[in-house]
Amino acid sequence: MSLNRRDFLKLTAVGGAVFSSGLGGMNVLAGSRKQDEFYFVQLSDTHWGFEDTRFNADPKGTLPKAVALVNRLDPQPDFIVFTGDLTHTTDDPGIRRKRLAEFQTIVAKLRCGSVRFMPGEHDASLDAGTAYKEFFGDLNYTFDHKGMHFIALDNVSDPRARLGDGQLAWLREDLRQRDRDAPIVVLAHRPLFDLAPGWGWSTQDGAKAMALLMPYRNVTVFYGHIHQEHHHATGHILHHSAKSLIFPLPVPGSVEKKYKIAWNTEKPYRGLGLRNVGATLPDADFDIHEIGLKRG
Amino acid sequence: MISVMRQPARGLLAVLLFGGSFASSGQDVKDARVIRINASMFHYSPARIELRTGVPVTLELRSLDRLHGFNIPDLGVRADVLPGQAVRVDILPEKAGRYLFLCDIFCGDGHDEMGGIIVVSD
Repeated sequence: MSLNRRDFLKLTAVGGAVFSSGLGGMNVLAGSRKQDEFYFVQLSDTHWGFEDTRFNADPKGTLPKAVALVNRLDPQPDFIVFTGDLTHTTDDPGIRRKRLAEFQTIVAKLRCGSVRFMPGEHDASLDAGTAYKEFFGDLNYTFDHKGMHFIALDNVSDPRARLGDGQLAWLREDLRQRDRDAPIVVLAHRPLFDLAPGWGWSTQDGAKAMALLMPYRNVTVFYGHIHQEHHHATGHILHHSAKSLIFPLPVPGSVEKKYKIAWNTEKPYRGLGLRNVGATLPDADFDIHEIGLKRG
Repeated sequence: MISVMRQPARGLLAVLLFGGSFASSGQDVKDARVIRINASMFHYSPARIELRTGVPVTLELRSLDRLHGFNIPDLGVRADVLPGQAVRVDILPEKAGRYLFLCDIFCGDGHDEMGGIIVVSD
């Protein structure tokens, strides 16, 4: 099952606010790609270094398993993006660098030649992104692919979950150079809207970024952090969060206090996965296909 | 409406909250009961605070280790909690309910579980 902008806006127009798609196949785009279409893969929240087997009985095998799964995609994606929390946090700068290096070694096995990285708060909040930058470069950046403009925002290196005035000015200047109809994708770790502030699922100054983006007619946000698939609309701007590759978290608002969902021995890897995102230009319409990790 | 005023007072940082569900009704908070809350990796102690509507209290927060945050999202109120410096939050609950608070400054492994609840009853 897939989800695209037209379907989502139709649903929200009749009163639906949240929509979850099911699991799609692996070769969803094979043989049907046109000149104005491409697809990328989003992986998120791998938390390399997390070792509590109550929540993931295969903490050292899950990321390699995801890498192998992506390598079996045919055709290969145009690029891959990791939307943060590559590693699990630690107070020890040496261990942080060791985890970042191990993560880098594992994902170097990806067949796709173009891989983009972003930090999460676990990677970057305790040292303002110093170690992360040594391995993966800038905390925020832009790139273009086949006429689509991608903006990677950093709402994690400030431990207060802020983008900050400097980055907002940078975003304003980048957007100033875009046509109002330009296809734009924003990548972030935390949600840019107040999904569940009581659980830390928000960005303190995210509303300022949304105000800057709102005049642009073809904007879509892909993010991580909440360890589950979730879809939301702020006006015409859609937000899609990705599953984690370490442990799932509860549906926002379903319980008073957030907790890690325990490993299901009957259904290992349940709730973990990655996604194919098929993009169609020039309208920046997306077909999202979730791929769950499974035993074997 | 909620207004937040910060003013140094005898070495303390006072955060006075008025409005919304925690409101000023003209009562003097000088004699308010003080509830001391310690913040440390990765919990508040106490993590559950029970209050009565109409009874003013002062929450006095201290960090025992590193920088933490104190945020009550439903009230739009937050404060930094620094080691070696107390932060005072004077409140007058006017509406019964359950109000989650959390550390909103990432403080390490366990940060995600660092929170508590204020339970206000009539």
